[in-house]
This record gives sequence, C-alpha cells and structure tokens, in this order.
Amino acid sequence: GVEELALLAKLLGLPRGIKYGVQGERKVPVLQTNNGPGLTGLMTIAAHLVKQAKKDQLLGITAEEKAVVQQWLEYRVTRVDGGTSKEDTTTILKDLNIHLEDKVYLAGNIFTLADILMYYGLHHVMVDLTVQEKEKYLNVSRWFNHIQHYPGVRQHLSNVIFIKNRLYTNAH
Amino acid sequence: MRLRVAPGGPAALKVLAAAGAAAAPVRLVWGDPLERPLASLSPPWVPALELDSGTVLFSPNAICQFFFLARGEEPTDLTNQWLEWEATELQPAASAALYAQLVHGKKGQETVEALGQLLDHIEQNLTRRGTAYLAGDTKSVADVVVWGALFPVLQDETSLPSELQALRTWFQSMTLSEACRKAADSVLMPKALLEFKSYLQKHPPPCLATEKATSNEPESSPQEEDGSEHALTEEEITAAVDAWARGVAALPKPWRPQKPVLPVEGMRNVLITSALPYVNNVPHLGNIIGCVLSADTFARYCRLRNWNTLYVCGTDEYGTATETKAMEEGLTPQEICNKYNAIHAEIYRWFDISFDYFGRTTTSHQTTIAQDIFQRLLARGFLLQDTVEQLRCEDCQRFLADRFVEGICPFCNYEEARGDQCDKCGKLINAVELKNPQCKLCRGIPVVKTTQHLFLDLPKLEERLEAWLEQSFATGDWTANARYITRSWIRDGLKPRCITRDLKWGTPVPLDGFRDKVFYVWFDAPIGYLSITANYTDQWERWWKNPQQVELYNFMAKDNVPFHSVIFPSSLLGADDNYTLVNHLIATEYLNYEDGKFSKSRGVGVFGDMAKDTGIPADIWRFYLLYLRPEGQDSAFSWSDLMLKNNSELLNNLGNFINRAGMFVCKFFGGTVPNMVLTLDDKRLLARVTLELRQYHQLLEKVRIRDALRCILSISRHGNQYIQVNEPWKRIKGDEKDRQRAGTVTGVAVNMASMLAVMLQPYMPSVSLAIQEQLRIPPDCFILSHNFTCTLPAGHCVGTVSPLFQKLENDQVEALRKRFGGGQTEDLAVEPQAKQTHPAPATLMAPGDPQLIQELTEKVAKQGNYVRQLKANKAEKAQVDTEVATLLELKKQLLLAEGKSPEVPLFKGKRKK
Repeated sequence: GVEELALLAKLLGLPRGIKYGVQGERKVPVLQTNNGPGLTGLMTIAAHLVKQAKKDQLLGITAEEKAVVQQWLEYRVTRVDGGTSKEDTTTILKDLNIHLEDKVYLAGNIFTLADILMYYGLHHVMVDLTVQEKEKYLNVSRWFNHIQHYPGVRQHLSNVIFIKNRLYTNAH
Repeated sequence: MRLRVAPGGPAALKVLAAAGAAAAPVRLVWGDPLERPLASLSPPWVPALELDSGTVLFSPNAICQFFFLARGEEPTDLTNQWLEWEATELQPAASAALYAQLVHGKKGQETVEALGQLLDHIEQNLTRRGTAYLAGDTKSVADVVVWGALFPVLQDETSLPSELQALRTWFQSMTLSEACRKAADSVLMPKALLEFKSYLQKHPPPCLATEKATSNEPESSPQEEDGSEHALTEEEITAAVDAWARGVAALPKPWRPQKPVLPVEGMRNVLITSALPYVNNVPHLGNIIGCVLSADTFARYCRLRNWNTLYVCGTDEYGTATETKAMEEGLTPQEICNKYNAIHAEIYRWFDISFDYFGRTTTSHQTTIAQDIFQRLLARGFLLQDTVEQLRCEDCQRFLADRFVEGICPFCNYEEARGDQCDKCGKLINAVELKNPQCKLCRGIPVVKTTQHLFLDLPKLEERLEAWLEQSFATGDWTANARYITRSWIRDGLKPRCITRDLKWGTPVPLDGFRDKVFYVWFDAPIGYLSITANYTDQWERWWKNPQQVELYNFMAKDNVPFHSVIFPSSLLGADDNYTLVNHLIATEYLNYEDGKFSKSRGVGVFGDMAKDTGIPADIWRFYLLYLRPEGQDSAFSWSDLMLKNNSELLNNLGNFINRAGMFVCKFFGGTVPNMVLTLDDKRLLARVTLELRQYHQLLEKVRIRDALRCILSISRHGNQYIQVNEPWKRIKGDEKDRQRAGTVTGVAVNMASMLAVMLQPYMPSVSLAIQEQLRIPPDCFILSHNFTCTLPAGHCVGTVSPLFQKLENDQVEALRKRFGGGQTEDLAVEPQAKQTHPAPATLMAPGDPQLIQELTEKVAKQGNYVRQLKANKAEKAQVDTEVATLLELKKQLLLAEGKSPEVPLFKGKRKK
C-alpha cells in the first residue's frame, strides 16, 4: 500500500514529502497531483513515480519487457494482494517458483519495478517461512535474497535469512 | 507470435479485439480448454500469447498492452490506471455477474444492477473528462480492456440504465467497431458459450472470482462434455418420456440375496476385496479412500444394479511389526491384534462401510489355506531352497528383520543407514553388507548366520503369468497406474522371491527343516482374502475357485499393485487349483493432507478414529473423500475446500434442490404429489436427466467413482435451474393454468429428488435413507435402471421434509485445521517450550557467527536424518517425539544464531516509536 510507495520513492531518489491518500475498503492508494484528479492504484502510481524519477528502464525497455512487467505488477495487485488464505500463498509461491526457475529477475535478465513491488508485497510472507519452506521454494528464495540485497531496496525492512547449504535433501 | 485462445472464454474477447484494433500480426490458435491450460500459470479458458522469444504472456491485459506497445502506443498514467482498475475491481465483479447469469440463470437486468457502482465510475470519468474514449479522444488499450470485461455480461448497450448516457454511447461505439465486432462474433458463438457454461457449472463460483485452478478439480473428459451438453434428438426425448410414463412397473425388483451370499448361476456375481489394512496402524483418511471406502461405494452400486455381490475385507495381522508392538506394550501378539482389529472395525462401522464380512488373518482357515497353497506349489516344483546370510542378535535370540538393523552404509559411509536402504545415498542395501551393524532393539552387535529359506520360483511361472495378464488386461478394467506398474515389474524381469521368515508370529511353514519359520507376510496376506471368506461361509470355494462364474475386483492404493498383479497371481497360478484371479484391479494414487503427507508421529492429518470427534457427520466425510478420490492423479485434503464443497455442492446445490422439491409438495399441495402435464420443456429435462444417469452408469461401471459423483451434482444443478426458471412459488398463486404448471414442475422435481436418493446411496447412505424417509420412497424403487421413471406418481404422499445438510462455518473449520495440524504444527507445538527452557542463549549468541551457524546446520542435518530414520522404522512414538523436540530445538538455535528471530522484536520496537 502507501508504505511501499514511500519506500519506492526513496529508492528512486525522489524528494520527500509526497502525500498519499487511501480509498475504499481495500485501501487503494491515491496520489494527488497538481494537474487533474490524481492517480489511483498501486501499479499506476508506482509507474508514475518511476517515470518522474526518469528511471524508465525499470518499466522495461522493449515492448516485450514492458508487457511482462505489466503482467507481474498485475499479478502482484490481484493475486498477491487478493490472496489471504494459506493456500493462496502456497499457490503464489509455487507459481513464482516455476516462473523463476530459469530467470534472474521476474522479467528475465533485467531488474524492474515488478521485482521491487513483488519484493515489498512478499516480504511479510517470506519472513514467516520456515527453513524448510524456503528450501522448498528455492527459486523464490534465491530471487528474494537477490532483490533484498539490491542497493536501496530493503531499507528498514528486516533482512530475511536464507541458508546456503540445503538441509532437506532427503525430503520429497 | 502465437495467440492461443479458447472459444467461449470471455477473456478471449478482449485479446482478440486488441489484436484487431492494434493490427497485430498474430497467428491465432484455437485451443481446446479442456485439454490443458494454455500457459502453465493460468487456468484453462484464459488466453496465452507465445512470443517469438519463447516468453508466454498469460495475463489478458498484458497481452492487450503488448499489442498496443508493439504498434508504438506507450502506456500513459491514465491507461495504466484503467488497466489496474479493470484487473482489481471490474474483472472480479464482471466474472461473478457472468457466473450468476450463466449458471444460476439470473436475469441480465439483475446482474447489471450488481455492477452499478462500477458502471457509475466509468460514466463519471467519461463525463468529467468530456472525451469520447476512456483515456482521451482516441481509442486506447484501456477502452478495449474495459469493453472486453463488460461485453459478455451486457451484450448490448440497451441493458445499461438509460441515465448512464455517456457510458451507453461509448459502449455502443466500441461494440460497433470492426475489431470488437469480429472478436465477439468469433468468441461468443452460441455453441462455444454453452461449452463455457458447462465448464462454469462444474466449478464453484469462488474459483472463478480468483481465477485459480486447483488440483482437486477433475480433468473433464470429452465424454462428460458430450453427456451434459450434446444436443438432444427427438428419439432421445420420446424414449425418455416413454420410460418416465412406465413408472415403477418398469423397474426390476430389487434382488435380496440369501445370507451367506453365494454365487448364483446366470447372475452377474461380483466379488469385491479391499486391501487388508495392517493391524497396528490406525488408518488415516488416505488409507480409507484408497481402499475400503472406494470398494464400499462400488459394492453398494453393484447391489443397486441387482448384481449378486460379496464384499470382504479384514485386518492383516502377522509379521514383525506386530511382534515388536506386542513387546512394547507387554502384550502377546494375539492380544495386540485383538485390540487393533476392534479399533479398525469400529472406524469402518462409523464410516458406514457395508462389508458383508470383516475378518482377520490370524485364523485357522488362514493356516489351512496358506499351507495348502504352499504344498501344491511345492509338489509342482515352484519352490526353490537356498541358504541366506542373515544377521542374528544373540542377545535378543532372534534373526533381525531389515528394519531392526542399522550401521554404516557400504556405499557412502553414512553412519545411520537402515538394513534395507540408506537414507543418505538412497541405495538399496543387503543388511549383511552394513559395516558395524547394530541391533536396534538392544544395541548389541549381531552376527552373520546362514539360514535356509524357501523361494517362489517366479521366473518359472513367468510364462503362465504373462498369458493370464494379457487376457485380464484385455477383458478387465485395470486402472492405468495398475497396468503401468505391473508392466514395469514384468519388464524388469522376475527373480525368485523368498517366502519364509525367521519369526514366530505367522503361519507356520509345514515342511521339515523349516518348522521354526513362518511365511513371509506378502505371501501370506493376500491369502487372507480367501481365509476371511472361509470364515464367512464354509462354501468359500464357490467364490474363490470359480473363475467361470465370478468377477473379482481388488481395490487398493498403488503401492500394493505388484503383490496383487504379479506375486499373488503367480502363487495361485502355480498352485493350479482353478482359483478365481483378479479381473479388475482398481488402484488409487495418493491423498495428501493440506500440503504435506499424513503423519501419525507428527500428529498431522485426520485419522480414522478422530473423524467422528470433528462433529462432521460420516456422510460428509464420505462425500468429500469420494469427491477428491485420487483417481488418476494425487489429490490433497484441505479443510477450507471441505467447507467450500459442503457449503456449495451439498448445501446450496444438492440439499437445496431436494429440500425445495419436497417442501413445494408439502406447502403447496398438502403433502401429495400433484398431477403432472408435461410440456416440451419438461420432456427435454427428462431426456437431459436420463443422459446424466447413463453417464453415471458408464463411469461407475468403469469404477470412475469420483467422476460419477459429478453426474449426481449435475442433475441437481439442472433441477435447481428448472425450479428457478419455472418459479412454482409464484405460479401457485396464479390462474388455473399457472397452478397446473406449478404442479407439474413440483411433481417432476420431486421425482428427480427421488432418483437422486438412489443414485446417492453408494456415496452417502445415511443421507439417502433420510431422503427415502422424508419422501416416503417405496423400498422397491431403490434400484438403479438406465431410465428415469416416475417413482412418485400423482397422489403419492410424502412425509415430513427437513434440511439434509448443515452449513460449515469458517471458525469451526479453522479450529479443526488447527487441531489436526496443517504444515505448522511443529512450530506451534514447540515454541512455548523452547522459550521457557532457553531464554538466555537467544540474546547471548552473536548473530551471524559463521562457525556457530555451520556447526548448528550440521547438527540439524544429522538430527533430521535420525528423526526421519526413526519414523521410517516406525519407532515408538515417545522416542520419536523426544528426538523431534531435540531437532526443533536445534533448528530454533540455528535461527537465533542466524539472527532471524531477535530481529523481529527489534523491528516491532522501532515501529512503536
């Protein structure tokens, strides 16, 4: 929600003091702008901030990358934010684990806004995972660990520990 | 690039419209959504775009965005905002509205009203900006995406409230644009819509709202689609009406066999067994659905078909595990068996398993029959004698079974390898090859002794076995996994198998030189089917030595297949006494618990004896287990899914229909079934129900128990729709014609309920009985034919009608989930203890000390292996618990050492300021 937009703004090096509101039951963030009625929605505001900071590469460079970033931002706001049950979380971790099997970042080989917002969105989930679960979703863990060490991303959020050697090699 | 879309899927609309509007050069592939999902991360019916790079886009909005990007139209804040709003707000509501229209048959007007606020939002944006399109004066990706979500629900602008003028104008101009019109024509063809509808009908609404696929949903087969949605022919309708009119007279008289049940000349004689549960384990839900419950459902079905049916089962009681258990509990093996046999019998009684006889293997018949088979094998030269080197513990005065030895693995030097397999490298081990072997009971050092054993000469029997298998495969219904496992055994080549053991608790070997030995349990156990039948009737041979008249069904989980398809048939073929061999081998896959395995030692999962303590009736358990029977693939038990299925399928669908049908008879017609004057619509319904009934038979005859259950739910869905469309509660207040219509609809509905009671009997016997009593269905109607006939004619009096099912509440189910564990029990169980005993180290340890982490990591790994080994060896619970506690404590220390836990309170502290 609003908190992660503040984190993002700081990461992007934007000046402090951007004010956000929230709207509706789901507490959708709203950004007041000088011209017009303001912007609504996490994805929308995040993309707007990225463009303001002139870091457009974070939205992808080619058309394909841009669409993929869009896709994962949408996944973040619909599935990650929409899911509440333990099963939803498991499904998300499984999905991501498959997707990240052969990729460094969500959009392939470039670091994008999708990685940042997915990291913020999953932080509370990853904090609670057991050592065994982290090992089970190995690709997610590798990606998450990578992103949390990306300069400026983690900020005050707790560092989630990942063990380098595998403990559960016998587990099926 | 290739765009794969499914005809009828609403999301196909926007991507096709976007491809058209942006003139994207796509190759269109129409996929069959029922075959497989188009992209791995998305459910069927969602389009996928495969780019030339190999990337697959599975989000419809991202696909639309890509088409516009490829044409050079960059997204703006405004288009982004519309796309996000569509994905998070509009799409879920539109999907729900579409579901209500297609499945519940809600009128278009009602569902459009449900979208009210969202439509207002579009209207306001259009008027405030004063633009022709959502994001400006030209058409953008936003327009296509929003239009694509609305069109399947609205169809045309006239269904929009007239005050939403700007929205109406925009919607109309979109609909008239060439790209949108073409997309609508190709996607929303009437036939494709029907297919989509039938897909929706098989899924509860929540799945659609979140668009997620679950593994517990069956893969619908093309056959099923034909059954529910093929166009009815005149002949089918006429035949259904004729059958209906013939009434009870058309039904065969139910066959009530004399007891004991024996094969009858000229009848179909069905002998059903379910794998014998091992006596000293309390069965869990997976065991129950794997054999006894599946076999029970099928046995009940067979009886309703008037097939002469015998269903036997019992506990498998001989073997090392019983001996050890007896030593632990200070009882004799027989006393242990008596105790646990009673526990098993009680559990199956609670689950309403209709055994004709539930016996056990420790009987004198077992000895007689097993020894007879042995003698015949010996006389015919199918037994070999050989010396075996085996470990013997002189302290314990016994030869050690593999599971009672451990030592150093000869392959990888792992220190705690088991006698049969190394947990570390996974290699199979011959116990005598272990370095430094130890007796697990007394920790003494066993010595290698040679001992004589008898072997079943499988290579010599292979030819007969293969000839028989070929014929049984060709004529019987073997599940795919059973065929596969059997073939791979044969392909790998058969070797002689040892059939004797140096034990006391077993069937004695009747041969000089072997009199202190017993039969190995896998040789002995399947003979239990015969001896249990012999305890039921002294004429047991009429079932078991009568392949000409008897058809044998074996039910089991897949791990039991080789014993039933290769080894036991080999014994019987070798004994050469005209034995009845398995005709149909029905094996299930595994049922998991939530996301893991059932585990007695960790207290995870629901075990047979606990099910009744949940307060959930046995029939609900039966329904849910059969609903997710691991047929063809593994499935997983989930508490929230249990609640969902109970509330959506049983309460809202099946229970609702049967209750309404009965209530209408009581409330509007004084408890007497009214006169019925069938219209063409009613006749169509009769034909539709008949098709479902035939499908049910087709599936059950192939023992596709789970799939057949869907037919029952499908019929009640048709019934609900029928009542909804005809509104008898309104018509009853109308003129004579309306009242007659209300009577017909009520009469047809209550007769559907009557047939459902019979179809449901194999699955939910108590509920079936309750319906029978409520509607006073004559006992002679409790028979399954291939036709839907009028069993409750005009004038029939029903009894008192009351609801059949209760809603399961979230709190109740959450409490049960907590009680029975679900992935997190380890942490829950141990945390308080760890906090009490080790408060100090948490703060004293320097977080991140690599040496400490290394040390602890190794300890955790070692202890983990030890615990797994204990569990694998079925060690005593108390011992396992202690070791698990140690393991968890180590893990905890490891986490602390890594600085994980101390950081959490720190973080919280910061935020409080």
